[in-house]
Amino acid sequence: MYKILKYSFFDLFRSRWSFVYFFFYLLLGLVLLFLNNDLSNAIITLMNVVIVLVPLIGTIFGIMYFYNSREFTELLLAQPIARRHIFLGQYLGVAISLALSLVLGLGIPFIIYGLFESSAIWDFFSLLVVGAFLTFIFTALSFGIALKFENKIKGFGMAIVMWLFLAIIYDGLFLLLLMYFQEYPLEDFALVASVLNPIDLSRTLILLKLDISALLGYTGAVFKEFFGTTKGSLISFIVLLAWVFIPVWGMLRLAGKKDF
Amino acid sequence: MVTVTNLYKRFGSQQVLNGLNLETNIPGIIAVLGPNGSGKTTLIKSLLGMVIPQKGGIAVNGKEIRGQSDYRKEIDYLPQIANFPGNLKVKELIGMIKDLRGKPARDEELIAFFGIQSFLDKKLSQLSGGTRQKVNIVLCFMFDSPLIILDEPTSGLDPASLIKLRELLGREKAAGKTIIITSHIMNFVEETADRILFILEGVIYFNGSVSELKAATRQDDLEHAIAQILTSPTHV
Repeated sequence: MYKILKYSFFDLFRSRWSFVYFFFYLLLGLVLLFLNNDLSNAIITLMNVVIVLVPLIGTIFGIMYFYNSREFTELLLAQPIARRHIFLGQYLGVAISLALSLVLGLGIPFIIYGLFESSAIWDFFSLLVVGAFLTFIFTALSFGIALKFENKIKGFGMAIVMWLFLAIIYDGLFLLLLMYFQEYPLEDFALVASVLNPIDLSRTLILLKLDISALLGYTGAVFKEFFGTTKGSLISFIVLLAWVFIPVWGMLRLAGKKDF
Repeated sequence: MVTVTNLYKRFGSQQVLNGLNLETNIPGIIAVLGPNGSGKTTLIKSLLGMVIPQKGGIAVNGKEIRGQSDYRKEIDYLPQIANFPGNLKVKELIGMIKDLRGKPARDEELIAFFGIQSFLDKKLSQLSGGTRQKVNIVLCFMFDSPLIILDEPTSGLDPASLIKLRELLGREKAAGKTIIITSHIMNFVEETADRILFILEGVIYFNGSVSELKAATRQDDLEHAIAQILTSPTHV
């Protein structure tokens, strides 16, 4: 598995796409810091970008890589290597190189700006952790979709719909339900609904870290109470981990059954 | 070497393999023939574990292969369409496969044999179909495994390379290997194969030597013998 990971990683490295991604984040980080002139503000703006863009890039990259490396995969399948090692290796190769581009691309400008002397270091750190989690989650989901759909156009379409649903439609439905049942106490429902979607969970985690949850009203207070406790952080962390492991497990199961 | 018992495979509504049985005990060259879509490639890919059958068993060297991968150490495989990652150089691809198998390889000898030294630094996407097939053949034969599976090995090869391939097959056969080939070039099959397996509608329809097939169909050459089976499929 390690060898497959190595080859996938270097393949991406050579294809220059990881560099495009890296420079994009580098530029974004520098511009935001320059415009905001303040670390905390830059982190909030960055959060809005990271929360939506990282899942999208993970999805598109994952699905493109999978379809493009089909020949390589077939070559590997005839070698004495277990299937789960082939797919796990390729998945980790993509996810690690994307996460690395994100962490380095954003990390370098912030370090130059003097992150280590700032109190915002933990906020920034949680932003990067959440970004890395989202990369691993959405790459796994897109690999699963690519395995399920032989037809590239269908697979690509499904992947975009999946992203659209989790990033945008889910929130819309969530708001609609909140409006519709506004007479009822909805704090628990809101809490569960935001924990179940990795994008919402990530957003909530960062917002609460940034101490601007006062803007969220009473629900915000309930959230603060939940996420502020050790139990709440532990549950969020476990849910994020589950969002990585369940799609990876499903992806490997699909790979085990597929005909090539 | 290879034992296939009662193998069934369906793709959607299409039943491709329909209770196929096969046993190869004696080393030599076995040609798998059959009309398009008869299940030749499906059979080969099932042996390699790339296609997962619905029912039935496959054993290589007495061991059931389902869910296993180590048995492929004993198999060299030449895929039908030589599609390789285009951004790699020939040299890098060979090095990578050697690294993945972790086994001594005779790549240099084969590169010289097929005369592709000058292409080693070229990217795979820049190669012509025939050269790509030669790279494919080098990759397949370099590990010296006892079981060799070749899916359409002749495709894209010029006559000179075809002669070299035949020479190589002769040497491998003399070394006591089992070689399974699919091909549409009947001349090639007639000259190389010790045994013919004819697949029709997902089962083995005929299993015997070239001369037995000719005798059974009362034809003088293989091409006509095959055509005879296809036009009047009564049991031979």
